[in-house]
Amino acid sequence: MSAAGSLGNVAPGRLAWGRSLGAAVRQYLPATVVLMVGLVVWELATAGPGRRVLPAPSVIASAFGEEADLLRRAGTATFIEALGGLILGTGLGVLVAFATARWVTAREVLVPIAIASSAIPLIAVAPILNNWFGVLNPMSKMAMAALLVFFPVMINVTRGLVEVQPAALELMRSYATSDWQVLFKVRVPNMLPFFFTALKIGTTLAFIGAIVAEYFGGTSDVLGRVVITSMSSGSFDVAWAGILLGAAGAILSYLAVAVAERLIIPWYAAMLSGGRT
Amino acid sequence: MTTEKPARSTVDEAGPAVSLDGVSKIFPVRGGGETVALQDIGLAIAPTEFVSLIGPSGCGKSTLLRVIGDLIEPSSGTVMVNGKPAQRARADRDYGMVFQAPVLFEWRTVEANVRLPLEVMGLDRGQRDGRVREMLDLVELGGFGSHYPHQLSGGMQQRVAIARALAFQPALLLMDEPFGALDEMTRERLNTEVLGIWSRTGTTIIFVTHSIPEAVFLSTRVVVMSARPGRITNVIDIDLPQPRNEQTRESDRYFELVTEVRESLRGRVAASPARARAEGGIG
Repeated sequence: MSAAGSLGNVAPGRLAWGRSLGAAVRQYLPATVVLMVGLVVWELATAGPGRRVLPAPSVIASAFGEEADLLRRAGTATFIEALGGLILGTGLGVLVAFATARWVTAREVLVPIAIASSAIPLIAVAPILNNWFGVLNPMSKMAMAALLVFFPVMINVTRGLVEVQPAALELMRSYATSDWQVLFKVRVPNMLPFFFTALKIGTTLAFIGAIVAEYFGGTSDVLGRVVITSMSSGSFDVAWAGILLGAAGAILSYLAVAVAERLIIPWYAAMLSGGRT
Repeated sequence: MTTEKPARSTVDEAGPAVSLDGVSKIFPVRGGGETVALQDIGLAIAPTEFVSLIGPSGCGKSTLLRVIGDLIEPSSGTVMVNGKPAQRARADRDYGMVFQAPVLFEWRTVEANVRLPLEVMGLDRGQRDGRVREMLDLVELGGFGSHYPHQLSGGMQQRVAIARALAFQPALLLMDEPFGALDEMTRERLNTEVLGIWSRTGTTIIFVTHSIPEAVFLSTRVVVMSARPGRITNVIDIDLPQPRNEQTRESDRYFELVTEVRESLRGRVAASPARARAEGGIG
């Protein structure tokens, strides 16, 4: 057999990046075109006065300019709340997941409780959190975001730690390894793709949690309040600008997680794209 | 190569590599009752032997391999590996294991997979890198070190698994149907490769298989087992000359031995249609 095939000279990670760049352009081109056409149609359909409930894209865009200061402050505040909630919820979820994966008793006690608690309509808890932490305290919004993030992180990370090939554990046993070595050489690497999947879900949930909690009261310079107050004063363009800003925050966070995933576990994307069949 | 490993003292060399005495394994069955997976197994394997365990599904051959590797504890009997209790031998990393699936870690490159046991056993970096290169050359995958497992074919993945099992130069190699999932062509090529590795390294090999031709081609002895309860029904010496090659597979003696093993298996399995079907898949 010849020593190195055609793949032999290229690092697999780089290969995946290079391939994915061209593929990404091809993949997202149709969606981009449809979005552009949609925006044009929207703009034309909402042209003229009196269309305030659904303002034209150009009107919303100009609202970004007119209320730049307010939107910047509100966006930053909400972003910090969402980010804080994401970090809190993820940290807690990972901690509980490690405990459940490590100790059978913890698993037997915590997993049913976690599953049952996921049935709670968490958004209804927001006023209670406002009450607990103080309605003006950003912690009350972070707690809401953290609650939403916690569950998917905890379940996914637990699965990643526990769902290891039985033969992989036999292999490690044949090396007479310690539990720590099994944890760091097998379970944690196995868990990382699960973790990033959960974190991607978590970014969106964190923004939903933070904004919903803002609806139930608090400081005025946050996206949730901006949306509500501009709507009640009839400034639908500013309300829409606030909503879009929230979406942009969630998308940016998602992309940041996706980039981190590519950097930390490059083998995973390469494997999914099927480097060789 | 084997002389590099200080753990293999001359005392160990003198005795059998593996000796089993009165080994039984009983599994409880859900809803009461029990399955006798292994019944009163006695077997001694000398160093540098190549012994195949063959038998129908459920005869306990994989269980027996795991008992030798101290991955399963026997219900009774004694298991000695390199003159030590099996548990001690595992703690001393006296054997390497190859499973039916390659069990490669997809987050590690081929090199890093082969390096895993060396990391776990605390070899220093210089030693590790040299050994990894040596092992990849041994299984003729020298140019694939930086590939990820998913970029390799099934046969290549299994060769990586063999390189990994041999990386810490164990005196004993346990192989559990390592080529069972591969096509016939690949299997025959890897059989020849394993024999080459065996003769070059002097490793004792215990090889579980469903395939009669494979068992005969590879082994110095074939241990025939039967199911329910799992026990040894025959041990057949394979006196084919070494080194073995494609001519071996076409020799009259080879066919005689294949027939002998087949009849030995049939002696126990012909009675039940289910078992006859199981045997139909062999070879």
